[in-house]
Amino acid sequence: MSTRLHMKSFAAIALILALSLFAGNARAVMPDEVLADPVLEARARNLSQDLRCLVCQNQSIDDSSAPLAKDLRVIVRERLTAGDTDEQVIDYLVARYGNYVLLKPPFQGDTLFLWIGPAVFLIAAAGICALYFRARKRNEDEIAVPLTEGERQQLDEVVKDS
Amino acid sequence: MAAEIGHYALILALLISLVQASFPLVGAARGDRGLMMLASHCAVGGFGFVALAFAALTWCFVTSDFSVALVVSSSQLAKPLVYKFTGVWANHEGSMLLWVLILVIFGAAIAIFGRNLPAALKARVLAVQAMIASGFLAFSLGTSNPFNRLDQAPLDGNGMNPILQDPGLVIHPPFLYLGYVGFSVAFSFAVAALIEGRVDATWARWVRPWVLAAWCFLTIGITLGSFWAYYILGWGGWWFWDPVENVSFMPWLAGTALLHSSLVVERRHALVNWTILLAILTFSLSLIGTFVVRSGVLTSVHAFATDPERGVFILALLILATGGALTLYAIRIPALKFGAPFAAVSREGSLTVNNVLLLAATATVFLGTFYPLFVDLMGRDKISVGPPFYNRTFVPIMVLLMIAMVIGPALKWKRDSLKNAIFTIRTAIAIAVAGAFLVAALTLGKHLLTAMGIGLSLWIICGSLMAVVNRMKLGRTDFSQSLKLAANAPRSFYGLVMAHMGFGFVVGAITTVSTWQLENVTTMKQGESAGIAGYAFLLRDVKTLRGAQYDADMGTFDVTLDGSAITTLTAERRFYHVQQQQTTHTGIRTNFISNIYVTLGEPDGSGLWVVRLYYHPLAPWLWLGGLTMALGGFTSLSDRRFRVGAPQRARGNLNPAPAE
Repeated sequence: MSTRLHMKSFAAIALILALSLFAGNARAVMPDEVLADPVLEARARNLSQDLRCLVCQNQSIDDSSAPLAKDLRVIVRERLTAGDTDEQVIDYLVARYGNYVLLKPPFQGDTLFLWIGPAVFLIAAAGICALYFRARKRNEDEIAVPLTEGERQQLDEVVKDS
Repeated sequence: MAAEIGHYALILALLISLVQASFPLVGAARGDRGLMMLASHCAVGGFGFVALAFAALTWCFVTSDFSVALVVSSSQLAKPLVYKFTGVWANHEGSMLLWVLILVIFGAAIAIFGRNLPAALKARVLAVQAMIASGFLAFSLGTSNPFNRLDQAPLDGNGMNPILQDPGLVIHPPFLYLGYVGFSVAFSFAVAALIEGRVDATWARWVRPWVLAAWCFLTIGITLGSFWAYYILGWGGWWFWDPVENVSFMPWLAGTALLHSSLVVERRHALVNWTILLAILTFSLSLIGTFVVRSGVLTSVHAFATDPERGVFILALLILATGGALTLYAIRIPALKFGAPFAAVSREGSLTVNNVLLLAATATVFLGTFYPLFVDLMGRDKISVGPPFYNRTFVPIMVLLMIAMVIGPALKWKRDSLKNAIFTIRTAIAIAVAGAFLVAALTLGKHLLTAMGIGLSLWIICGSLMAVVNRMKLGRTDFSQSLKLAANAPRSFYGLVMAHMGFGFVVGAITTVSTWQLENVTTMKQGESAGIAGYAFLLRDVKTLRGAQYDADMGTFDVTLDGSAITTLTAERRFYHVQQQQTTHTGIRTNFISNIYVTLGEPDGSGLWVVRLYYHPLAPWLWLGGLTMALGGFTSLSDRRFRVGAPQRARGNLNPAPAE
């Protein structure tokens, strides 16, 4: 795929490119992949939605029809059928593919700011606003000195004129 | 010949733009009216030449002039005529030209419609606008010239990406750009005000219509993009938190904040410094979006290396525009200290809360979009940021915003009590809480988050309606008086109500479709039936169609509900010869309450077809809600005060109309 195709600024274009790369056309899970046990299948679907198709753009393996996504879906189902817990399945995939496979990034040293950033920003902005209001209030109190007699006369004239 | 005319027109446009970016500034500084007027003439002239260049490129596409490199790489003879027109902007060079065209359209519009602007301010606004245009014209000519010729013209072109050959793509990019680029006007007004060292309430009144218009267009653009993804990608997804989506969403979030803060400047002459900063920030985010999409820096770090020239050029423009504006801001802003006082609990206060939350939401999307790049550059790990991250960070912030957006309009300007405001919207609170409890009870407590989402949706919709009820004093005065009050309310008030309600629709639709969508993936033979949500789909036949551009398998489904015929849907898989690409064309039927959706998948060779059926309750309101928001924006834009407006810089120009 040439870089030229990358350069379109249409929403979701990158996603489509990834799709077109693999000539895929629809949501992935194929009838032959579906597990007989509906409880296991539901768990598999749940897990799949949080796992990234490694060769796609921000697509979960549940959404992608790339061959690799299919392999991962099959692996997830195999592990579940073998009796793994959800955590064990995730650990297994992370051990093989790294954190990149998780659409929900792990909470660790180098992702600390990613996770707490939004809250930090919100609290900081709220704090700045609160300080601003307090400072302003103090200013107002200072500014609100009564008019001198001369100013009052001036004001009366202005009001009369207008 | 057309290509040369276009190329030449583009060069002339750049020269005019450079004149427009410089002399009027001198004129404004010296009070030379002639030099100031030059800006308007240049703006109209520059627009004329860019329009000529665009027309020339369109001509090259429509006549399939394969001596032009761009036409070869993104068009072909067999393409339908309509896509020869839209093919102009379905590639990097052409879409850049569209970007510049829209930029100069805005410039010319300021020149023509801004008759009541003070001459100096107008000259400065147009000069700043021309600086941006010069940068992008130079970019086009220097790195992405759409008019490059080939030595040897091939007999046919390589064709256009088939996924882009779609009516949705005919109108989606122009709307997106009208939004993106429209925020340049706010930017130019902000920088011009900083150069001038003066900002007043009339400034806000001039800039607000442009912000509103840009916001409406961007809202429509994003809505269309989402709908297009929904029907073309074939699995019913409508938002993916993809970097390319995110970079169009960030200017929208910041632009929404700008829309609200400029209201405070206009009405109460407060938050002035902040609004100027926000105008700079919003357009900078648009530029970041342009940079990200065109450099390939996010979709693939390597794409940046394959075309460093373009990426570096836009990055330089971005740093120049944002850095320059922020430096000017830092120098000038100490001299611009003012602001009418207001209490924390007041309409202004609630709009400040709106800004804090929207900016926090913007920051969250920014972090989620760029953090993987940051981690990658550190070199120790690679991470992905997907929907689970946004559900845990972005959504809570939006929940706070949803709560605030109903209380805000119920507050009075300057000073109010929260108790009074909440008392006036008690009915909305009751309905929202009752709705949430009902959903929680009916689902036996299994979907508590859904119950909250439905409650919030009802809260926003009913709260917006309560604003109308309160305004009409319905039940507190006689009915004819109420009608009179309703008729006298300014359009901007109804704009607010509609836009907020539209958002409520979107929230309700997202909640409902995420919780209760159904899916049935199965294999079918001709004559077999499959069902979903009570609908039965009979696969009548699968035909093979041969087209000039593509071959297609087209499945025809007879849809029945409880035995009575509902509709016939067709779903296609197309294979495009030249591009060697497969596309899906889904069959969708909507009754405006829910969608049923069918796609045709792979055949297994023995007459079995993979078929995917979906039921999407309330899905239509995702997009109807978005359009309602935009309609609210346009209603507000048609308000009398923008049409009659003609505000002069006069002291004591107080608003007689009740504040909105």
